[in-house]
Amino acid sequence: MTQKFRIENGGLINRDKKLSFKFNGKTYYGYEGDTLASALIANGVHLVGRSFKYHRPRGFFGAGVDEPYAIVQLYRNNETEPNIKATEQELFEGLEAKSVNCWPSVNFDIGAINNFLKIFLPAGFYYKTFMWPKSFWYRVYEPFIRKAAGLGVASTKHDKERYEHKYEYCDLLIAGSGPSGLASAYAAAKNGARVILAEDKPRFGGSLLTSDVNIGNQSGEDWANSIISELKEMPNVVVKNRSQVFGYYDHNMLVMSEKVSDHLPKTKKYHPKQRLWYIRAKEVLISSGSIERPLVFGNNDTPGVMLSSAAKEYLKVYGVLVGKNPLVFTNNDSGYETAIEFKKNGINPIILDSRVNPQSEIIDEAINLGIKIKFSHVVVAAQGYKKVSSADIAKISDDKKQLGTIENIKCDCICVSGFWTPTIHLASQSGNKTKFKEEIDAFVPGTSKQNETTLGAANGIFTLEETLKDSFMAGQDLSKKITNNDNKIPFPNVVEKKSSQHEKFWCVPLPKGKSYKRFLDFQNDVAVSDVEIALKEGYRSIEHVKRYTTLGMATDQGKTSNLNGLQLVSEIENKVVPAVGHTTFRPPYTPISIGAIVGREVGKHSKPTRKSPMHLWHEKNNAVFVDAGVWLRPRYYRQGSETLFEASKREAKNVRTNVGVCDVTTLGKIDIKGPDAAELLNRVYTNAWLKLPVGKARYGVMLREDGIVMDDGTTTRISENHYHMTTTTAQAANVLSHLEYYLQLVWPELNVNVVSTTEQWAGAAIAGPKSRKLLEKLFPNNDVSNEGLPFMGYMESDLFGVKARIFRISFSGELAYEVNVESDNGHFMWEKIIELGQEFQVQPYGTEALSTLRIEMGHVAGSELDGRTISYDTSLEGLISKKKDFIGKRSLNREAFTSSDRQKIVGVVPLDKKTSIPEGSHLVKDAKAPLPNKKLGHISASCWSVEHDNPFSLAILKNGKNMIGEKLFVMSPLKNKIIPVEIVSSHYVDPKGERVRS
Amino acid sequence: MLHIKCPHCGMRSQNEFSYGGDASIKRPELNKEISDEEWDNFVYNRKSLRGKHLELWQHLSGCRQWIKVERDTATHEIFNTYKADEEIF
Repeated sequence: MTQKFRIENGGLINRDKKLSFKFNGKTYYGYEGDTLASALIANGVHLVGRSFKYHRPRGFFGAGVDEPYAIVQLYRNNETEPNIKATEQELFEGLEAKSVNCWPSVNFDIGAINNFLKIFLPAGFYYKTFMWPKSFWYRVYEPFIRKAAGLGVASTKHDKERYEHKYEYCDLLIAGSGPSGLASAYAAAKNGARVILAEDKPRFGGSLLTSDVNIGNQSGEDWANSIISELKEMPNVVVKNRSQVFGYYDHNMLVMSEKVSDHLPKTKKYHPKQRLWYIRAKEVLISSGSIERPLVFGNNDTPGVMLSSAAKEYLKVYGVLVGKNPLVFTNNDSGYETAIEFKKNGINPIILDSRVNPQSEIIDEAINLGIKIKFSHVVVAAQGYKKVSSADIAKISDDKKQLGTIENIKCDCICVSGFWTPTIHLASQSGNKTKFKEEIDAFVPGTSKQNETTLGAANGIFTLEETLKDSFMAGQDLSKKITNNDNKIPFPNVVEKKSSQHEKFWCVPLPKGKSYKRFLDFQNDVAVSDVEIALKEGYRSIEHVKRYTTLGMATDQGKTSNLNGLQLVSEIENKVVPAVGHTTFRPPYTPISIGAIVGREVGKHSKPTRKSPMHLWHEKNNAVFVDAGVWLRPRYYRQGSETLFEASKREAKNVRTNVGVCDVTTLGKIDIKGPDAAELLNRVYTNAWLKLPVGKARYGVMLREDGIVMDDGTTTRISENHYHMTTTTAQAANVLSHLEYYLQLVWPELNVNVVSTTEQWAGAAIAGPKSRKLLEKLFPNNDVSNEGLPFMGYMESDLFGVKARIFRISFSGELAYEVNVESDNGHFMWEKIIELGQEFQVQPYGTEALSTLRIEMGHVAGSELDGRTISYDTSLEGLISKKKDFIGKRSLNREAFTSSDRQKIVGVVPLDKKTSIPEGSHLVKDAKAPLPNKKLGHISASCWSVEHDNPFSLAILKNGKNMIGEKLFVMSPLKNKIIPVEIVSSHYVDPKGERVRS
Repeated sequence: MLHIKCPHCGMRSQNEFSYGGDASIKRPELNKEISDEEWDNFVYNRKSLRGKHLELWQHLSGCRQWIKVERDTATHEIFNTYKADEEIF
């Protein structure tokens, strides 16, 4: 296949390096420096996709970020990626791409039948068509829409690429490296400011690469190159290509996506694919340029109709002709520049200018070159289905309402120019209220809201000299404020051709008897008629019109369509454009990959993993782990082919009959010191704390100010002014913040310090009737008898040379102790317990057995203290002091909290003593009652009681206090279960609590 | 992302902080008889201001101090930040 649309010489591509690539399975060749789009056009390929709604053939419309059509599915290094603009994707050896939104192929697309059904797919068709009958939605409409919609397929494979995040600070961030970006960056850099200059294309220079200008006796391109090379050498400057600043957020934070490896066949080792920069800038210069505006005429979406600036870029940057028989349709001088470039390369374009008799240097040049120009002429409609083959043209009256005789002329492309739209997205995102500038028929940034300044074409300034002057000045002034340097840069001599005024004309009227589709939004298939319908149906706000018609939506965000849409609305509504207003610009400016947003925080790196000092032992002993917040905890220790159920039953039973050991390192621990520590505890907990003796632990419950239980745990008085508080694993961080809040803001007079010591102590719970015997072996020099270390007692000891704290506290309901040692000694402690416990049949137990033990004992945990329950509900009201005030006490007399049938914790046993009860199930009086069946309560936790050898659950039940002995039903619509149950006491084992004191 | 000046540590990104609500709310004194209405105003009732708002933030991943931030809720402009015990005029 030859590149028959590639000119002999010229362009910025590397003709020494030929690259092969595949598009829709067919092999083509291009050159290094091409984009996929320029390489395809060089090969004469113009059909790249099908449109979103009508499946009309789609070609290329732009040459970069403005491209609404040419979105392809890319295959690179065994990965696939949707939503890639062919105009932005750089060519690499072996690149593969496919068309999207067409089936079975782009040439023969079955969905194109929508094109002939288009009268049935008007504006708002989703809302209208698929509404009736309702039952059709799931079965018919949704599958149909899902199949039809979308621009590509997301990969379902794990993305093996690496994405980085980078945080950066600078004095000036400059977005865009066109003339204004280069000039301002240069001036600021010379003043010593720390500058980041970002360019989203691979080449720096922006419009300088394609315009016929001269700066300081150099061509625009040469000037750009010399500035860039100088900037790259400066230590205070970061120059980044392939990097798009896509979002402007609060406090001058901008986010930039750097495509590090997307232009390579494969990401290099140790390199990321993309890098996301979070940049906090003191000043932001927006030099994002402008995008050419289309002209609207019949079938203006036919492949071969494209922006005249794009045609010029393909020619000047890539050495590619978009056609050999071009028609240029314009309302300003930009179209002439494109025509002149064609002419210089031996092609004879025809210019249709809607203006009556414009005069300028550029027009004179075109005339002198012998280019055929027809003034007061317009394209009425493009002809050709998969590619433009001719154009219907006509003379247009001076008032732009009447068309003359229609004439058909042959052409293979139509280059359109409807003047320029400043790219104001970043300014708008910063909060800048944009203003309408009549002279250019477009919005420009208004008063700056953050520290942003918009320059050059983005600010509606289209002459090079003015742009450079403003930009040198802005770079100099803004940097001077920061660095206090004042290095004046000599202003270079600028040569550019003068242009004439553009015409406020953008839409060609329909000829009599013709109903051509005239498209406004090329990506979303929104035509003039759709907006007309929306307005007829009463949509007035531009935001509503946008949503009803999909104008300016999706990945394109109206880059080429916005202003023409607004012009149409303003014409029909008889309002001026600024009164219509524009829709909100939202970041990102162009789509960025999810991978870049996520960065390195994927899989197990999505959050830190916390492991106890005994983790290795657990691993070696077949522990199966479970996530507990960010902690990994052993759920059970598998023996042989045991299931979770079997293992947890064995472990729990061993605690009840012998002794078990559980890793409780994850419990939150807070060290509290200071003369007012007791007073703080007394205010934080519901029960009394002032008289707790040294060497004693106490169980406490803390509330939020609204009376709801926040957390529970034991706190031990280590010495006179020193306490050790434990919290639940889940609430550890919140409780610390809670204490800090009261100490710093509410009661700063309390002389207390709190600090988290969760990670400083390793903890082991030793529980079971034989636990004391084991403790005697562990601490042979201490008196750990019931008298020496009574229930809720505390002692400090020595575990074979290691400092240890022993707490006689119990979560399992058995005689139990918790031993804490400094974390580094955790593994030693654990091995000693296992070693010395052999004779007492010690077994480690995991969280599943731990739950079983606490559930059948009726001890509450997170599933009962769920942010909705008060002390009464969880039978902790006995711990509420009547004598003192504490956090949340005043809320407890709320009407709902004191009602006589208030919910309360109960036990639940299935009548058949066999069926396990799913957690989260509802309790109801009558299983057969009509829906909605009144819920009396819910199952908060379930286990298999090892004491009674039958299922047992805890529930929070309305009027639970008076429900003991009642027969109810448990309903789980999720599991489709109805289980008859009996309500019993929540203390299913040892209701008098004798074991813990034994 | 906001850029907040911690009065103890300096300018830091928002993700080091956690939000703590209206800083003008005073907790009623302990053991003091107060009406239901006063208590409700303390626990529940908050103004949803548009404009200048004095609010609490905790420098959670920094010095762990609770600080006061004067911020415009509509524009996110931060006018000033204060230590917990600093007098504000």
